[in-house]
Order: sequence, then C-alpha cells, then structure tokens
Amino acid sequence: MSWLHRVRERVSGEVLEVRPGESLLCAMERQGKGCIPVGCRGGGCGVCKVRVVSGRFDFGAMSCRHVSADERGRGLALACRLFPLGDSEVQACGEAVRAAPEQQ
Amino acid sequence: MKKGVMRPGHIQLRVLDMQAALKHYVDLLGLIEMDRDAQGRVYLKGWTEIDRFSVVLREADEPGMDFLGFKVVDDATLCRLSEELAAFGCQVENLPAGELKGCGRRIRFEAPSGHFFELFADKEQTGKWGVSEINPEAWPRGLQGMKATRFDHCLLYGVELPETLRLFTEVLGFSLAEQVLDEAGRRVAQFLTVGMKAHDVAFIQHPEKGRFHHASFFLESWEDVLRAADLISMSNTSIDIGPTRHGLTHGKTIYFFDPSGNRNEVFCGGDYHYPDHPPVTWTADQLGKAIFYHDRQLNERFLTALT
Repeated sequence: MSWLHRVRERVSGEVLEVRPGESLLCAMERQGKGCIPVGCRGGGCGVCKVRVVSGRFDFGAMSCRHVSADERGRGLALACRLFPLGDSEVQACGEAVRAAPEQQ
Repeated sequence: MKKGVMRPGHIQLRVLDMQAALKHYVDLLGLIEMDRDAQGRVYLKGWTEIDRFSVVLREADEPGMDFLGFKVVDDATLCRLSEELAAFGCQVENLPAGELKGCGRRIRFEAPSGHFFELFADKEQTGKWGVSEINPEAWPRGLQGMKATRFDHCLLYGVELPETLRLFTEVLGFSLAEQVLDEAGRRVAQFLTVGMKAHDVAFIQHPEKGRFHHASFFLESWEDVLRAADLISMSNTSIDIGPTRHGLTHGKTIYFFDPSGNRNEVFCGGDYHYPDHPPVTWTADQLGKAIFYHDRQLNERFLTALT
C-alpha cells in the first residue's frame, strides 16, 4: 500500500496511514485512533492543533485565532486542515480550554 | 417582553469559505438564500420566517459569531433601551438603516460575557417563503435538505454570567428559564427567554470571553431530526453528537458543524416558559444528564470545540 503516507504522532508514537487528499485528522478517526483530540473538523475550534516536526503538507483554511501567520510559519497547524504529501511526523499540542462546569 | 424586546431577529456568522458555507446552510440545512450585499455577505432565512432574513454569513479568516440581534416593538423602545444600556455601562454603537439590507437602524452593544448583541425595530417582512399570506398551504414545495423552519436561538460561552444575566433581565426584560448551579450555588449555565420558548439565548461559564457554541434551527418533529441525522451522514458532514434529547429544555436534538467549524443544532420540541414560572434548575453534578439526557455524560468536544 505504498500510496499511503505514514504520519507518526510523536507524543503517542502512533503511526497514521493517510490517503492522498485525506486530512490527517480524518485518517486518524478512520483508523479508530485517538492521539489527536477531535473538535469541529472544520479548521475553526483549534482542538486538533499539532506541530509539524518533519515532512511536507498542504494546508487548508483554518481560523487565524488558533493558528496565526507567525505560528503557521513555525509549523503549527490544525490536523483537520493538514494534508500530508509524504511520510512525516507531527506532535499533538492539546491546548483546548474547557468550560467551567467540569473544572471542579 | 417586559421591556419591549420581542424576539430573536438575526445572527451574523463568520465563515472561512462562503461557497462551502452556502452548500451547508442552503443545500443541507435548507435555509433560503434571500440576498447578498456589496460586502459579500449572504442573507438567509428559514422558510417559516416572516422577516426578509435571519442569518447573515460573512467570509472572514476566523469563524464565529459577529452578533445576535433582537427585534424590539418600536423605535421609541429602541431609544429608551439605548439609554438604559448606556446607564448599565454598555458602550452603544449606532448602525444606520440599510447597513444590513432591508433592516432599519440598529444599536449594538457588548454584553459582559464578551458577546455583541443588537436591537432593531424595523426589518422588511417578505412573509413565509413559498406560501401565500392568504389561505396559506401547510408547507412550500421545493425545500432542500433538513428544511429548517427558523433560526431559533444560540448558546454562547463566556465570562461574567451574573452581570450578563442582570443586563438581560433588568435592562432587556428577559426571564431566566433554566439554569445549572454548582455545589456552591454558583450559576454555571443560564438559559434566557424573552417569550414562551425555553431559550432565545443561553450562556455557559467559560474562562474566555465571547466564544460561540452553536446556532440552533427549529424542526417540526423527531422524525425530522432523524432525517437530519441521515442527511448529515449522507453528506459526510462533521457530526458532534445525537440524535438525542437534552435534559435542559428537554428538546430533541442533533449537533453538527458547518465547514468552518461553527456548531449548528437542529431540534424539535422542548419546554415552554411563562413569565411567572420559576427557573428550572439542574445541578452541576448532573451536568452530563442535563446536556445529553440519554448518554448522561458530556463529550469533551461539547466543552472545548468553540469558535
């Protein structure tokens, strides 16, 4: 299955097999894995933020609130808007802010 | 309607990609495209709505809610509330008639929660879409997707719930219909209504100000909610949770996301509220059941996926 891109998530060590044109987050969900938290899947909420460690990716539109131009330049991105172009490595950030009721 | 605020009127949402958003809101939700303006904003409505529009989409590089607007009974009320809002401590901005096409002058202010709200007295009324005003048929042919009937309410996450409640009840005449209290008796969620609905706007306590949780659209029946769920799967739309029932308001519901990550709800049923009713209270230790009555536990996403 050489047409699959293999993307390693550094914190968990999980390796995700991503189809061409498939987002990293979508591939993770398809394989029943949970190494990156899943939010809106639309580039809006920032829950699935990762840092690209190595490899090449295409980027879809994502909220500038969660990934500023500067951050993007430093390899930060939302996994739901990250389309691998080859074997690569990312690291989950886990920055989501939770609502108050569950914080007790 | 104690202070002359009648009902929700419109919501303006930011989207990352207008074309993808329209496919979602028109083809999937079944809202009707009514107009566009020079800024590129697109005006939509549910078919049962009398007003010319209720949902305005604006393309931006950050999704979320620009503002939620309520209609007041007349211009004198708008003048009075403008003064009362200023006295409360809100900075009130005036927007001229026509800034939103077909809408009269609006006043805009920021609530202590960090969200922007508007009031207006006049908006063009084009009547229900696809049925005549005289001897109207039950529904129009040619509706798409979920056939959402109207924009109903939204849930907002933000700071300073007590002051926000005071603004909405004392200045704007809303009632507290439902609430969630923690062990210390602090209110962590408040559902506010200006009419008989269980909520026109709701707030959940959150460390960040001004966050958007969802915009909700009304469907007629549980069958329609299940059909909406089918359409969400058929169109491979990002789902959050459901179909299920809420404990709070007891509405039957499904949550999903638009292509920019703004959460939507379609729902049916739910409780009603008269102005003399005491608020319905849920306790925070039962929060899972209060939000998702069947699963009885919250999914992490409900608390963290916001725009």
